[in-house]
Amino acid sequence: MPIYSEKVMDHFMKPRNVGEIKDADGIGEVGNPVCGDMMTFYIKVKDNHLEDVKYQTFGCGAAIAVSSMVSEMAKGKTLEEALTITPASVATELEGLPKQKFHCSNLGAQALHKAIRDYATKKGIKIQGLEEKGEEDEGKEENVC
Amino acid sequence: MEAERKVYLDYTAAAPLLPEVVDAMLPYLREIYGNPQSIHAWGDQTREAIEGAREQVANLIGGSPDEIIFTSSGSESNNLALKGLAQAQSSKGKHIIVSAIEHFSVLNTARTLEKAGFELTLLPVDNYGLVDPVEVARQIRKDTILVSVMHTNGEVGTIQPLAEIAKKVKEAGIVFHTDAVASAGHVPIDVKGLGVDALSLAGNQFYGPTGSGALWIRTGLRLIPLMDGGIQEGGRRPGTEDVPAIVGIGKAAELAKRDMDSRSQKLSRIRDRLVNGVLTNIDHATLTGHPTKRLPHHASFCIEFIEGEAMLMLLNSQGIAVSSGSACTSRALKASHVLIAMGISHEIAQGSLLFGLGLDTSEDDINYVLEKLPHIVDRLRQMSPLYAKFMKQRGG
Repeated sequence: MPIYSEKVMDHFMKPRNVGEIKDADGIGEVGNPVCGDMMTFYIKVKDNHLEDVKYQTFGCGAAIAVSSMVSEMAKGKTLEEALTITPASVATELEGLPKQKFHCSNLGAQALHKAIRDYATKKGIKIQGLEEKGEEDEGKEENVC
Repeated sequence: MEAERKVYLDYTAAAPLLPEVVDAMLPYLREIYGNPQSIHAWGDQTREAIEGAREQVANLIGGSPDEIIFTSSGSESNNLALKGLAQAQSSKGKHIIVSAIEHFSVLNTARTLEKAGFELTLLPVDNYGLVDPVEVARQIRKDTILVSVMHTNGEVGTIQPLAEIAKKVKEAGIVFHTDAVASAGHVPIDVKGLGVDALSLAGNQFYGPTGSGALWIRTGLRLIPLMDGGIQEGGRRPGTEDVPAIVGIGKAAELAKRDMDSRSQKLSRIRDRLVNGVLTNIDHATLTGHPTKRLPHHASFCIEFIEGEAMLMLLNSQGIAVSSGSACTSRALKASHVLIAMGISHEIAQGSLLFGLGLDTSEDDINYVLEKLPHIVDRLRQMSPLYAKFMKQRGG
C-alpha cells in the first residue's frame, strides 16, 4: 500500500506554482533542516487579493505536495480568506496525510500566513484574522518537528 | 506509470533467497518435520539438519559449531549478546562501552541496560565512521565489563579496524562483542583472527531467510538467556527450533563462503562505477563512509540541498528502489544518528541516499541509475530554497 494518497502523489509529481517571485510583496520562511522541511512562500498582492503565490521547498514528498496545494488554494483569494487556510484543510484537500507527516511537513499554511504578515508589516496595515494567527506562527519553528 | 526498467538496489533492506537456499529449506517445510529434541527417527532427521547448519555457519566465520546459537534475527543476536553478557558479568562491574554508530539493536539495548543500572559510554567516530582503537583504550575503566563495536556499519559501509580494537579490549581483560550483521557473508571474517568473544550475524543479509540469525560466542563465556524455557541451543535460546530457517541460514552461509571472492569482485567493480558516476555527474554530492575500507556491495551518498525521501519517490517513479537515512524517511523523524555522529550537518544528512547492490545487479542497472539520478537531483534543487540561496551567494 503506498504511503501517500493519489492527490499527494499528483501534487508531488507535478507541483504547481513552484518558484520565486522576484518583486514579491511578502515573503514567509518556515521550518528548519533538523526537522527536514523548509518552505519559503512568496506572494504578490493586488486589490487585497493574492494575485500570485509561489514557493520553494526543501523536504519530503509530503512537504512538496503541501506547498503545491497551499499555493493552489491561496491563489486568487482575498488576504482574509487566505488566512482561513489551515494545516487541517490542506490535509483534507490532499485526501489525507500520513500521521507522522502531519506536523512536520504540513508547514505550508504557516509559511503563507507568514508571507501575508510580512506584507501587512511592510504596508503598515491590519488584516482581519492575522492577529489570531500570531500564536500559531510564532515561536513554533525551532526544534519542533 | 510504468517505468522503462526495474532496478532494485535495496538489497541491504531485503533480498531474494538464492534458489539453492529455497531448495535446501523446502523439504523441512514439507515432509521433514520432526522436533529436533525428539528421540525418534523424525527427530534424528531435523537434529542432523540443524547440526549441519551449525557447521556451515561456524565455517563462515572461523568458529566451532558448538559456539553457534541460532536466533530469529540480527537484532535478537545483539540483544542476547549485550543483555546476556552484561548480566552475566554484572558482579564485576557496571560499565559498558559501545560506539555511537551502532545499529539500534545494539544502541537501544545498551540504553535499556543503562536504565537498569549499568553505565554507558558511547565511542565517537571520525568523519569516515571509524572508531579509534586508542580512544577505546582511553574509555576503558576498572569497572568496564563489556565493549561492543560493530564490524561494519550498514548505513555507510565503513569496516572498522576490529582486530586493533579487540586487542585493546582484550589487553584489559574485557569481553568484546561485535555486530557483524552488515558484513558477515560479504567480507572474510575470522573470529579467532579478530580476537572477539562474541559476534552477531543474520541470514537475510546474505541471501538466507529473514527470521534467521546467529550469535557466535566463545566457548566458556557465560551468557544469561533472554528467555526462560527449555534446553534448546544449550539452554541459551529456548523455544522449538525453526528448522527451515536454520537450514536456510546454513545453506546461505555455505554459498557465501564458497562464492565470496567472485561476488565481491563483481559487486565492487559495478559499485565503483556507481560511485564514480554519481560523484562525477552530480555537483555537491559526497560519498559517506570510508572510500576504500567499505563493503563491496554498498554505496552511500549525501546529495546537498535536497531531501532523501523526495529523491526516493522520484527514483521509485523511474522504477529504481533505494533507501535513505533522512529524517523524513525515518518513522522517528530524526536524521540518521550514524551520519550525525560522523559530523555531517543535519541539513546535509537530509540528502542521504543508500544503494545496496545484489547478485542480480548488472552494469546496465547502474547505467540506468546514472542516467536518471542527475535529472531527479536537478529537478528537486530547482525548487529548493537552500539551493536558491547557495546559487545567489555564489553569484553575488
